Amino acid sequence: MRYIEQQTVVKRMNGRLIANAIFKYIFLAATLLALLALVILLYRIVTQGAGYLSIDFLTNFASRFPDQAGIKAALVGSLWLMTVVAPTSIILGVGSAIYLEEYAKQNHITSFIRMNISNLAGVPSVVFGLLGLTIFVRAMALGNSILAAGFTMSLLILPVIIVASQEAIRAVPGELRDASYGMGATKWQTILKIILPAAIPGILTGSILALSRAIGETAPLIVIGVPVIIQFLPEGVLDTFTALPMQIYDWSSRPQQEFQAVAAAGIIVLMAVLLFMNSIAVIIRNKFDKRY
Amino acid sequence: MRPSVQEMIAQSRGKRNKKVIEKIIPIILFLIASVSVLTSIGIVLTLIFETITFFTRVPFFDFITGTTWLPFSNNEAQFGIWPLIIGTLKITVIAIIVAVPIGISAAIYLSEYASENVRRVVKPVLEVLAGVPTIVYGFFALTFVTPVLQAVFPEIKIFNAISPGIVVGIMIIPMIASLSEDAMSSVPKSIREGALAMGSTKFEVAWKITMPAALSGIVASVVLAVSRAIGETMIVSLAAGSTPRFDGDFTGSIQTMTAYIVQVSKGDAGYGTTIYYSIYAVGFTLFLFTMAMNILAGYVSKRFREEY
Repeated sequence: MRYIEQQTVVKRMNGRLIANAIFKYIFLAATLLALLALVILLYRIVTQGAGYLSIDFLTNFASRFPDQAGIKAALVGSLWLMTVVAPTSIILGVGSAIYLEEYAKQNHITSFIRMNISNLAGVPSVVFGLLGLTIFVRAMALGNSILAAGFTMSLLILPVIIVASQEAIRAVPGELRDASYGMGATKWQTILKIILPAAIPGILTGSILALSRAIGETAPLIVIGVPVIIQFLPEGVLDTFTALPMQIYDWSSRPQQEFQAVAAAGIIVLMAVLLFMNSIAVIIRNKFDKRY
Repeated sequence: MRPSVQEMIAQSRGKRNKKVIEKIIPIILFLIASVSVLTSIGIVLTLIFETITFFTRVPFFDFITGTTWLPFSNNEAQFGIWPLIIGTLKITVIAIIVAVPIGISAAIYLSEYASENVRRVVKPVLEVLAGVPTIVYGFFALTFVTPVLQAVFPEIKIFNAISPGIVVGIMIIPMIASLSEDAMSSVPKSIREGALAMGSTKFEVAWKITMPAALSGIVASVVLAVSRAIGETMIVSLAAGSTPRFDGDFTGSIQTMTAYIVQVSKGDAGYGTTIYYSIYAVGFTLFLFTMAMNILAGYVSKRFREEY
């Protein structure tokens, strides 16, 4: 019978320890490399665009001349887009989540819906653009309006909101439900007055993150046919409009060097909006982070 | 005097509308939940119908075997999908070469070496990378990565496959890192401690214990990342150019499936023209590719999951 020989182990240990140390730093370097990419990205954009950032930039319409170009129409357009996307996607998403978590029985239909949601999350956004173009722009004749784009974006982020809301609802402890039923409340009363209030922080956090994805999405808007050069502000949801990422796309695909700086300035505005939304999500999560 | 609880219960039981609400709400919620299913059906039907129209004008066989994509030609437009698929694969291959080593290394570092505090800071920051809009990545590829590459390799053109490929890779790093880290963290501590107690180094534990145990999750994360790279649109339409080509050249302008859809949408292809229908045929092909990847990822993570 052979035992482990201590001498052999000791002899080989050095090499193994060195390998361990080397790989530790390789793995650390990979992590830092990824973070470095983020830093370079943000640094580049800020240094490129900061010079063009001014009050005029925020209050001017798009222009052929780089130094007069502004982002007003796109900024207002993105806000308009959100007024359609936020209610549509949150109502659909939270409603679906409540159904799946509280009402759905474990049967084939339910598991089909679940599977479908996870598959839908993997469909490229440009394909959602084709759906929006066919259904909302052509079949429902909404044109390239805020409503058509808003519906398309809502469907795009729907899976994210459903999953986030499901998790938030699932995290509400069963004792709360039982207590509510024990007091004689009906199912809907329990959902409306006990479960939803307890789940709202999680739902809101997930929804805001999903909405910030919708603000940055470009491809569906291009496919729908959202124009770029717009010299007026929309007055209703049936008007045409342009949005921040569309404007940035247009500027960055122009050949003149100056427009690259304008595009970078536009990106700073977009990133500022996203940062603002993300910090709201973080604040909500921290403020209402209840432990049961 | 206030009514007793018993009376209140009896009273509310008599209310008809409450019962109605309790019956209607589940139906309404079911209808809402079916919107996601309707969306999928809508996507599939839309793509199928418009693609069929496309195939009444362009032979199916030419589409799936053709190696020339020349939709805008005045004399004789040619619709052979392969150049677009090759373009998409070029981007995907480079993205995977960039993202898989870095992503998995970062996942190993975070799950095996990093302290709890480091992980709690680094993981969300990495996820910020995933939240950056792709248009911003596209701009970064065009105005930073391409010039840097050109400075090192002068033969690289302004529009090429390498620069957007690298940037798509950067974009999917957090996805691989985060999902793989989840898979590795869920490997029970006791197994690691057993190996460490036998005298293994941390690297040996990571390489021989944690990685094999979490392999299904790691593979699934990579497959999902491939799917994301295939469907990525803005980075490639800004930085990869618009030259569909059927060759192995990475240094010149190419075109991907997504970039073609954007190019046509931008240029106002008249409704009803063959070019208009071609974006659905390309979209359908793209949809099939990503769907296959998503199903594969789901299958891998379910079929090969180690249960503890």
